[in-house]
Amino acid sequence: MNNNTDQKTLDSMHAEHGKTVGQPFCQDAKFSTRNVDVFYADNQAIYDVSLDMGKNEVIALIGPSGCGKSTYLRCLNRMNDTIDICKVTGQLLLDGQDIYAKDQDPVLLRARVGMVFQKPNPFPKSIYDNVAYGPRIHGLTSNKAELDDLVEESLIKAGLLNEVKDRLDAPGTGLSGGQQQRLCIARTIAVQPEVILMDEPASALDPIATAIIEELISELRKNYTIVIVTHSMQQAARVSQRTAYFHLGKLIEVGETNQIFTNPVHDLTEKYITGRFG
Amino acid sequence: MIDKNTMTLKVEKSLKRRYLKEKIFKSMGFISVTVAFLFLLILILDITIKALPAFVQTQIVLQVDLNEQDLGITQQSSVDEIRQVDFRRVIRNALKKQFPQVKKRKQKKDLYSLVSVGAEYQLRDLVLANKAILGTTQKVTFIADDDVDALIKGAIDRNDEESGRRVKDFKLNLIETLEKNGQIEKNFNWQFFSSGDSREPELAGIKGAVLGSLYTLLVTLLMTFPVAVAAAIYLEEFAPKNRMVDFIEININNLAAVPSIVFGLLGLAVFINFFELPRSAPIVGGIVLSLMTLPTIIIASRSAIKAVPPSLREAALGLGASKMQTVFHHVFPAALPGILTGTIIGMAQALGETAPLLMIGMVAFIVDIPQSVTDPATVLPIQVYLWADSPERGFLEKTSAAILVLIAFLITMNAIAIYLRKKFEKKW
Repeated sequence: MNNNTDQKTLDSMHAEHGKTVGQPFCQDAKFSTRNVDVFYADNQAIYDVSLDMGKNEVIALIGPSGCGKSTYLRCLNRMNDTIDICKVTGQLLLDGQDIYAKDQDPVLLRARVGMVFQKPNPFPKSIYDNVAYGPRIHGLTSNKAELDDLVEESLIKAGLLNEVKDRLDAPGTGLSGGQQQRLCIARTIAVQPEVILMDEPASALDPIATAIIEELISELRKNYTIVIVTHSMQQAARVSQRTAYFHLGKLIEVGETNQIFTNPVHDLTEKYITGRFG
Repeated sequence: MIDKNTMTLKVEKSLKRRYLKEKIFKSMGFISVTVAFLFLLILILDITIKALPAFVQTQIVLQVDLNEQDLGITQQSSVDEIRQVDFRRVIRNALKKQFPQVKKRKQKKDLYSLVSVGAEYQLRDLVLANKAILGTTQKVTFIADDDVDALIKGAIDRNDEESGRRVKDFKLNLIETLEKNGQIEKNFNWQFFSSGDSREPELAGIKGAVLGSLYTLLVTLLMTFPVAVAAAIYLEEFAPKNRMVDFIEININNLAAVPSIVFGLLGLAVFINFFELPRSAPIVGGIVLSLMTLPTIIIASRSAIKAVPPSLREAALGLGASKMQTVFHHVFPAALPGILTGTIIGMAQALGETAPLLMIGMVAFIVDIPQSVTDPATVLPIQVYLWADSPERGFLEKTSAAILVLIAFLITMNAIAIYLRKKFEKKW
């Protein structure tokens, strides 16, 4: 008890100095980021974030709107490169390699780090072509049969095959919202990435579709590292092992999901999860 | 706090006003569309009514004696020998034989001018096509002169005073005799669609101008479309956002506003005088028009590309597609319908353009039908202008007919483009 109080005092002291409380680092890190700052022109969006993401772990990034969690997520596969005015500093390592190094190709990085977006965004092509697009451009398969297998396997993993197996030639945009999002997940895992980034993947979906996606995330954890940004604290609690709380561009607290939701250290975290703001 | 009742009353009061505004706006829109449609209808009807006579040609049937001795050729004669023969004499003899009473020189002139000056070539082509008719007497349908044509179609009133009538009494008698004998026929005017321009209205055709327009637009399309689309894609997707690009953008917009005659001057100075490309040729016309069309298509293509949702780009980039793959696999196909719309507008503009082509000599009187993009040619709007400017009465109806052909050309072109656009849009 005493020990715990000491820890809490120490953390509060950290917090006063703008330091992250909790356990931002882990032993077996897939992604390891240190002192990340992100600027949009002169506006700083992310302040000094240091965070590790472990192998085969689902880590949830939560926080009020505009807190920078999506911006941080998009640094991890260099999607921010497409925004001219965006500048990222600090160290971001994937398997120990700097992803912002000069010799790091963003295209290769994005093949290793897949992304699922907030709004389902299937290509205006057939379901088959949606899934086959990634493998095709990367030349992952050598013949049609292999590609067929890969597409089927990806659709099975995304839990979509049974619903679409009779209409693989139908347009992907004709599916329901939840199906479209699972199609996007299938499309992402067809490239066989190591990490999957998810930017509020269920925010545009109804509860049933959300439940299916959440189940899918738990399933995918066996093979992938998953970083998920979410607005729903219940969702974070259900799917993630660790949770990171962002506030105004700062990483406030990181910890085991259980601990964050039951016994948050920082009072900002507590205020947020108890619904007093955000 | 306003109480419930007064609030409801206030809303009700304002509702009437709001609905009235909507009603007024709707009816104004309806009236404008109706008026515009009415004017369009009047225009099209007027042109069509004026053009209809041009599609009918008066013809005169004559018995011609193709006596081998008279002509000085036999069935074994070569093509060159046949070309040397004076077939005009044969036709004149046929006319003289039918009207032996005509003796005076001036009257003879009237008699001979019943048929078109093109009649002799018609006869020659007939003989060249079938030498077996040499040595026989044949019934041949000749194109009538434009005055005869006008009289038969009623454009010249027979009941007018002789002094005010283009066809005098003597000639009128001759025509009426032919009419009584059933030697005057009115047939569909194939000539109009199969020949080039001529000084004689009855011989003038639209084919030269149609092909000229076709070649010119082909050159324009081939030069503009790839360049404009590539420029739009580069500016929208690849170019850095800096002052230089802003400057280029302003210039593209300005280029769209440059008077078209200036492009003609440029074409004359650069392509004809400096590069020595052929004068009056569709190749030069096409290049000049493509300069004019470029900004239109670039601007339309850029806004089409801009309208492609960013989520589509993100989806492709997120999968590890390169920028080039993202643009050409996803952005370009999604923008294609919009790009095609811009292309239709640009090409329609180019089709109707006259001024710059005047400068590069496409206004010349060209009888030959162009065989390639380097042959001298004219285009449809210029043909309209040339005919409208001609004094002969027969060209009046030809002018309207040429306008109809121009409109038909435009509609066909747009229909193809709209079909293509629909086809690409259908891909969900």
